[in-house]
Amino acid sequence: MKNEWPLWEIFIRGQHGLSHRHVGSLHAPDAEMAVKNARDVYTRRNEGVSIWVVEAKHIAASAPSEKGPLFEPSESKIYRHPTFYDIPDEVGHM
Amino acid sequence: MYAQMIKTASNGIKPREEMSEEERAFQDKIDNDIKIEPRDWMPEDYRRTLIRQIGQHAHSEVVGQLPEGNWITRAPTLERKAILLAKVQDEAGHGLYLYSAAETLGVSRDELIELLHEGKMKYSSIFNYPTLNWADIGAVGWLVDGAAIVNQVALQRTSYGPYSRAMIRICKEESFHARQGYDAIRAMAFGTPEQKRQAQDALNRLWFPALMMFGPSDAESTHSEQSMAWKIKVKSNDELRQQFVDQTIPQIEYLKLDLPDPNIKWNEARGHYDFSEPDWPEFFNVIKGNGPCNVDRMKDRVAAWDDGEWVREGLLAHARKKAARKVAAE
Repeated sequence: MKNEWPLWEIFIRGQHGLSHRHVGSLHAPDAEMAVKNARDVYTRRNEGVSIWVVEAKHIAASAPSEKGPLFEPSESKIYRHPTFYDIPDEVGHM
Repeated sequence: MYAQMIKTASNGIKPREEMSEEERAFQDKIDNDIKIEPRDWMPEDYRRTLIRQIGQHAHSEVVGQLPEGNWITRAPTLERKAILLAKVQDEAGHGLYLYSAAETLGVSRDELIELLHEGKMKYSSIFNYPTLNWADIGAVGWLVDGAAIVNQVALQRTSYGPYSRAMIRICKEESFHARQGYDAIRAMAFGTPEQKRQAQDALNRLWFPALMMFGPSDAESTHSEQSMAWKIKVKSNDELRQQFVDQTIPQIEYLKLDLPDPNIKWNEARGHYDFSEPDWPEFFNVIKGNGPCNVDRMKDRVAAWDDGEWVREGLLAHARKKAARKVAAE
């Protein structure tokens, strides 16, 4: 059996109250070490205030081949955007 | 930068008529500057060439720590020492970003490291030159990282998403590397006559090895065409080298150091500096493993990997034991 450390995906919350965002990955033996390594690798220049780590094998993703069926239906539904509606100037900002 | 002489895993460019439907759709995405992501379809040769290029780039970042690590304990002041430590730590991080990008192509980091240690993969020729004194450390940051930036800024536009993102991140940090190097060499160039002499000597010795970092001249560079079509490579070796020379000459002049090559001259018609070609036989010899430090670098890398084995295994055994205990308790 190969003794390779598992791969972890790293998510960092930036300074400005934003959501955690994927920044990259790294290898670590366990979650605790993954957080420590992420701190060293991804926050050396004030990039974050909070870290999430997820073992890469636990991430489920959509397949590139499903891109059409999944995302194309929303393209034709322009009425879901506020700009679809004309609001008379007299009404003011809405 | 740190990838030279990458052999493209194909023989020339396939004409469009001969492409499969998948290949044509793939090339169209690249032509339209749409990034290729890990789970997208890609030609096997594209994947293999990228693994070679990103892998070599990653190895260079890691081996590149050795010539600088050599001077951490002997930095002239505490501030310079802290700066050098931070830079060397960055290089480890850069290696990690790049190994991660390569791993999205279906190869593991340990496999890549094994290939390096078996001599089946390479790292940049520049790190086979020694750092003899403190001025060399300044010159490395200024010239070597300066050359790396020229190459890596271009590679931010590369077609493979994870590679491009790694480049963007690396470029942000790399500018600190070049500036701290110039700051260190500037202190010496304007210091005592002996310090100035060392700064000049470092520039003279590292100039041509820095020019070699961009790889052989375009005429000699037989594998570029397909890599350019795939946008794995964005600018030619000679274009990048010229850009580096043009931006560096004024920096040398500011330091009031002598130019390291008597043939450097502004060419009004071309709008560029003329300069001498590096000694290409020397370059090929270093690539083959016969540079001044090849043997030492590989010995140090392999020793670091072997000496760390018990740590890697111990931490993994501990993690497994903890996980098993948690399962038992539940």
